[in-house]
Amino acid sequence: MAEIYYITTNGTLRRDENTIMFESGEIKKKIPIENTSELFIVAEVSTNTKFLSLLSQNGIIAHFFNYYGYYIGSFYPREGNPSGHVLIKQVEHYLDKEKRLYLAKTFVLGSIINSEKLYQIDASEHLEKLKQASNVQEVMQVEGSFRKLCYKALEELTGWEFETRTKRPPQNPLNALISFGNSLVYAKVLGEIYHTPLNSTVSYLHEPSEKRHSLCLDVAEVFKPILTEGLILELIRSGTITENDFLEETEYCYLNLDGRRKFLRAFDNLLKSTVYYPKLKRKVSIRTLIRLELYKLVKHLTENEPYIPLNYHSLKK
Amino acid sequence: MDLRELKFRGTQVAYYVVCQRKLWLFTKGISFEKESEYVQLGKLLDEISFSREKGEEFAYEPVSIDFFSTGEGLVVHEIKHSSALEQAHILQVKYYIYYLKTKGIKVSHGIIHYPKQKKLLKVEFDEKDEELINEVVRKMDEVVRKEIPPKVINKPYCKKCAYWEYCYG
Ligand code: SF4
Repeated sequence: MAEIYYITTNGTLRRDENTIMFESGEIKKKIPIENTSELFIVAEVSTNTKFLSLLSQNGIIAHFFNYYGYYIGSFYPREGNPSGHVLIKQVEHYLDKEKRLYLAKTFVLGSIINSEKLYQIDASEHLEKLKQASNVQEVMQVEGSFRKLCYKALEELTGWEFETRTKRPPQNPLNALISFGNSLVYAKVLGEIYHTPLNSTVSYLHEPSEKRHSLCLDVAEVFKPILTEGLILELIRSGTITENDFLEETEYCYLNLDGRRKFLRAFDNLLKSTVYYPKLKRKVSIRTLIRLELYKLVKHLTENEPYIPLNYHSLKK
Repeated sequence: MDLRELKFRGTQVAYYVVCQRKLWLFTKGISFEKESEYVQLGKLLDEISFSREKGEEFAYEPVSIDFFSTGEGLVVHEIKHSSALEQAHILQVKYYIYYLKTKGIKVSHGIIHYPKQKKLLKVEFDEKDEELINEVVRKMDEVVRKEIPPKVINKPYCKKCAYWEYCYG
C-alpha cells in the first residue's frame, strides 16, 4: 500500500516530471508519486500550482501545518468517489432529527468506550446521560464533561500540568500535544474519507458549518482516544517525549522540531500497527480501522445496518 | 455508431452475473476501487497486452469494447485477466454484440482474450441470446431500482472483490 510522507524540514516542494521533489539546502529527496497516498507537511514549505496539480492528478491529499505545528488546512483534490445516492442519504440523516441524534450519540459513544479503558475510569453515569440526551447539544455536553474527566486522568497519569484545556493557543505542553495530535487525527480521517463515497462536509455531532470537512470531526471522536491520548500517554510514560521537546513563548507552547518528529514517527507507527479484526478474520492496520469505520457509516446510511462504533480495546493486538 | 444509448455498461452486465450486490453498489456510485491492487492489475494487463490494437474512437463511455476487428462481420474482442468468471465475461460480450446488432451492424462473433492463461474463447450469438439479453437487462433494472442493496453472497471470490472489506468488515 502507498505510504504517508511526513515533511518536517522547511524547504521547497516541486514537481519533477512524475515525482515529488523536496529540496532543503543540501537535501534533495525524490518521492515517487505512485508510492504516495498522502502528505503531512509539518514545516514551512514553498510550492507552486504545478506541484498541486501533480497531487490532484494522482488523488493525493496534502495536509498543511504551520510553523507551530498547528493545522492550517488540507489540499483536497476533487471528490474522489462521489455518489449522489450516498450524499442524499447523508443529508436525509442530517435533516431527520432522530436519525441525526442517533449518529451524534454513537460518535460520542465511540469516544467514551475507547477512553474508558485507556484511563480506567467508570463511564456508566455518562453513558446513562448519553442515552437520555434528547438533542445534539445535550450530547455535546455529555462529551464535554466526560472529556474533562479524561484530561484530569491524563494529568494524573503523566504528572504533567494541564489545568484547563487551552486550544488557541495551547499554553502548556499537554495542551500542545493534544492540539497537535487531534489535528493529525482529523487530517487522517479526511485522508480516508477521500477514498470513500462519503461527503466530508455533511456531519451529525458537529454542525456542518463548523469546519469545512466537519464529518472528520465526528469520526475523529472515535479515534482521538486511541491516536491522540493513547499515544501521548505512551510517549510520556516511556520518556520518549519530555518537557525539553517544547518551546514556550509568551502565550504559546508548542512542540519543537525534535518533539514533532518523535510524535509523527510514533503516530505513523501506530497507524501501521495491526490488530486482529474478527469480522474479516485477519489482522488490519489502525489506518484500515478508520476506513472500516467509514464503511460502516456508509452501510448505516444506505443499508439500514445500524452503525456501531469501534471498540478498540476489545480487539486483540 | 452511437454506443451512448446503452443502458448499462458491459462491466455492469458482468457484475450482474457475478454478484447483484456489486451491481447495485457500483450503479449507485459506491465504489472503493481506486486502491485495489487487483483492479489495477486488470488495467495494467489490458494496457500492455493490446495497447496498439486499441482504437481511440471506442474509448468513450459508457461502453468500452476493448477493440474490434473485421472479418465476415464485426468481431468484438474483450480482454480479461482471469477466466475464473468466464460466464460473466461471456454474457458481457453477448451484450455488446446484441447492442451492435440492434444498431444494424453485422457482427459475426466475439472473442474473449485471457492473455495470462494464453487462452482465447469464442462467443457465438444466436436468436435465443437476444431473449436472454432482454431478460437480463430487465432483471438488472429491477436490481438497481431496489432501495437497499442485495445481501452479501458469501462466495469464495468475494475475497478478491474490491468490495470485500466493505461487505464483510
Ligand atoms: S464482496 Fe462478495 S458480496 Fe460483496 S460485492 Fe463483492 S462479490 Fe458481492
